[in-house]
Amino acid sequence: MTRAVGPATLRARRARAAWWLLAPTLAALALAAGWPLARTLWLSLTDATLADPGDFAFVGLANYLEHDAGQWYGVLADPQWWRAVRNTLIFAVASVALETVLGVAIALALDVPFRGRALVRAAVLVPWAVPTVVSAKLWAWMLNDEFGVLNHAALALGLIAAPIAWTADPDLALVAVIVVDVWKSTPFVVLLVLAALQMLPGECYEAARVDGVHPVRVFFRVTLPLIWPALAVAIAFRALDALRVFDLVYVLTANSASTMSISVYARQQLIDFQDLGFGSAASTLVFLTIGLAAIVYLRLARLRPEEVR
Amino acid sequence: MKVSGRLRRAARGALFGALLAAILAFALFPLYYALVTSVTPSGELFRAALVPPGWTLEHYRGVLAGPFLRAILNSALVAAAVAALSVALALGAGYALARIPFRGRHGVLLAILSVSMFPQIAVLAGMFELVRGLGLFDSLGALVLSYLILALPFAAWVLTTFARGVPRELEEAAALDGAGPLRTIARVFVPLLRPGLVAIGLLVFVTAWNEFLFALTFTLSDAQRTVPVAIALLSGASAYELPWGAIMAAAVVVTLPIVALALAFQRHIVSGLLAGATKG
Amino acid sequence: MRLLLGTVLAMLAGLAHAATVAISCGAVGRELELCREGAEAWAARSGHTVRLVSTPSSGTERLALYQQLLAARAPDIDVLQIDVVWPGILAPHLADLSAAARAVADEHLASLVRNNTVDGRLVALPWFVDLGLLYYRRDLLERHAARVPRTWPELTETAARIQRAERDAGNARLWGFVFQGRAYEGLTCNALEWLASHGAGALIDAQGRLDLRPAPAAAAMALAASWVGTISPRGVLNYAEEEARGLFQSGHAVFMRNWPYAWALLQDAASPVRGRVGIATLPAGPDGAPAAALGGQQLAVSRYSREPEAAASLALYLSGRAEQKRRAIAGGYHPTRPALYADPEVLAASPLFAVLGAALDDAVARPASVTGPAYNRVSFAFANAVHAALAGQSDAATSVRAFERQLRRIKRRADWAAPDRR
Repeated sequence: MTRAVGPATLRARRARAAWWLLAPTLAALALAAGWPLARTLWLSLTDATLADPGDFAFVGLANYLEHDAGQWYGVLADPQWWRAVRNTLIFAVASVALETVLGVAIALALDVPFRGRALVRAAVLVPWAVPTVVSAKLWAWMLNDEFGVLNHAALALGLIAAPIAWTADPDLALVAVIVVDVWKSTPFVVLLVLAALQMLPGECYEAARVDGVHPVRVFFRVTLPLIWPALAVAIAFRALDALRVFDLVYVLTANSASTMSISVYARQQLIDFQDLGFGSAASTLVFLTIGLAAIVYLRLARLRPEEVR
Repeated sequence: MKVSGRLRRAARGALFGALLAAILAFALFPLYYALVTSVTPSGELFRAALVPPGWTLEHYRGVLAGPFLRAILNSALVAAAVAALSVALALGAGYALARIPFRGRHGVLLAILSVSMFPQIAVLAGMFELVRGLGLFDSLGALVLSYLILALPFAAWVLTTFARGVPRELEEAAALDGAGPLRTIARVFVPLLRPGLVAIGLLVFVTAWNEFLFALTFTLSDAQRTVPVAIALLSGASAYELPWGAIMAAAVVVTLPIVALALAFQRHIVSGLLAGATKG
Repeated sequence: MRLLLGTVLAMLAGLAHAATVAISCGAVGRELELCREGAEAWAARSGHTVRLVSTPSSGTERLALYQQLLAARAPDIDVLQIDVVWPGILAPHLADLSAAARAVADEHLASLVRNNTVDGRLVALPWFVDLGLLYYRRDLLERHAARVPRTWPELTETAARIQRAERDAGNARLWGFVFQGRAYEGLTCNALEWLASHGAGALIDAQGRLDLRPAPAAAAMALAASWVGTISPRGVLNYAEEEARGLFQSGHAVFMRNWPYAWALLQDAASPVRGRVGIATLPAGPDGAPAAALGGQQLAVSRYSREPEAAASLALYLSGRAEQKRRAIAGGYHPTRPALYADPEVLAASPLFAVLGAALDDAVARPASVTGPAYNRVSFAFANAVHAALAGQSDAATSVRAFERQLRRIKRRADWAAPDRR
């Protein structure tokens, strides 16, 4: 029996077990992500191009920022980059906020037992199941100003007097992208919150319900604190995805400067402009921007790993 | 008093019904529109009709005649492998990160998360070299490997969070019986976390099912291609024409398996497991 | 015994010569079928085998795939179908076909051969062309006693007049003119036609010098900007080819600028405008000549091919006279060989060929080959400058100046005017 072992050795043995349990995950991530990430970081310091990726020179931080003949160059001196940062932040904050509120509300509604609940739960997952490439094209079609079904319906109902050019107007286009993302990604939040709700200990709930506390109070006092860790992680991963948004923006508005996100910017430099060095610098800046946002968020959400019990 | 109570309940029921109807309309309308478009003859596609102005199965025939069924099978294989692998790996990682205090835990969590911070396109070229270097080019293995960086960080983080919610008494009871970490995970955590495991598995499955960029770049033959690429390969008579009917038919065809899957796994997301277990 | 050995050796030698060539030409559908038929005809004739690799129909996705494969020197595709603006981008990875094609190069449209020649190397063979065309509603023009406009101001005036009259008569959602106004490659083509037909130049000339006269350029852009919200819906700012066709095909536009592909679809049995559509060359500027943006696809051979001779032979066969004629008649693909536009069988296949043959003289190529890898930057800057003018975010003259400034900035990174740097 292991009963006689002292607490210190036990802790050491458990720590060793922890590393063994983590090893497969870390190995898989190191294998799959290590080389690509290291390569991007290195290329961002060079002038490599796609035409001949083997032939390049080290240029230091010039791809990020460089002063030459009285002019600033580099990603950080490109107004288009800053415009993309602004677009991305607006998009991420708005879409994730909406998805969170809607997702929690829908999950609560689907937590109530009713007939046909299984079907409704499966139906709610549908937007998440349609491939993004297709759903973006589908929405582009529905949002079309002249023959899109949404304008058609709104005109018929008398909600608008003239068709609205949803994706053509620079400001409306960003709204359209947000709406489509909310449609597509809310199920992600719903499913995770639903799972979290299922795994709650039932007693607190029962107790609150028996006491006749108002349901809204029950939600804010009991349910939300209990599901918060799961919800916070769901929000974190939604935000990570939203900050890297690409296909949605690209299909709805192409390379238009007015809705470009930072991932679209990086892709344009890497693929369209074939500039591996500059594009890698942009990608690294995307990484840093998101990392910064993640750290800020984790602090605000009190999800600091130190608080792991 | 009694009557008003019943009225209130009826009103609340109606309100709830309306809420459900709104949720369903929001979620399903675009798919309905895709369905309408997929049965509309090509010449009448620009009409913005809520019911099909004509009726045809030509788009479905066209889609199913191509290498599409093969692509569905490939997607299912890849997505199932990625879902199973990520859940299995993340279960161990999640338990360790949630329950075992050790030095460097903070760093490990952040390192795992940081993998999700690079734009996919930036990882593409390096991943392409890796895939070729390992001899995995144009094989489903390339996709399983590359999708792990999309799925694993998410699965590990969510499972860590869920595992923290498991009451300590249960784990301690297992430890008293002399169970090691693996046995504890299998006996205590898997049954208790089943709703979470199923939810994560579904989300990862769908992520892999829908991924486009890696699938396009790492496979080249029709025998290895997956659904989103097969959809992008649909074309009309020329490069400019978008074969709307066919794309929408394909969208309907690839969405149905996911709905079936969600229905099948639905009963695993059942309530009260944990509550019952703590009492027992 | 010796005879048997001889036969086996001969067979082995034959096998060694029989190559398998992989070609990427189009996506799934009719496009791929036509290519398969042609490639298999070549295979039957040459004794080699072909393998078709389908690639996405979207140009951006196809280019990204090619770039990954070629940058890794992957031999998986031998013959690549490439867009007319890609030779400059992909040239370092493509084989020089000038020796193989010496006898036939001058049978193709000279502007395409020039386009496909990068630093003296012929990196691709012309396969089929695309040209900007003007589609019009014959019935509406007849009803309002209007002729097909020959100049842009005339088009503006006719479109406005018919739109007003038809709307007064109850056709409330009719628009005058639709084109491709989204900030993408298609807008570069549209705007290049406006500029070139106004005598404002073609952005960059063959020597790599700036070819842009600000005054007529601003005039052309101002005219186009005046369309948005008057004769064109505001949504045109996000229209690509299919959105424009959708509006025109559903009967809601008098004129449309589009590529030849739309013709067959407009004549589809279920098309609401079937039989009521005419085609013409695009209008000219007030005192310029008409201009039609040159598009189309080329066939290139990868430098990393393991079977370069067989691959070049396949590319030559597919771009050859007989195969181009077959594709013109069977699929409506437009030959790159001017001689075929005088071929009675081709002319009989579709009325498009006559109009297209005439428009070939007005073809204006985008400055893709001369700017090389920087082309997409130039095109992006140009499209976004024009888009800002169309959207009313800046006036035309400011947009032209902004584009000139941007061009200087791009040139600093990739100086295409100095060949010694390459």
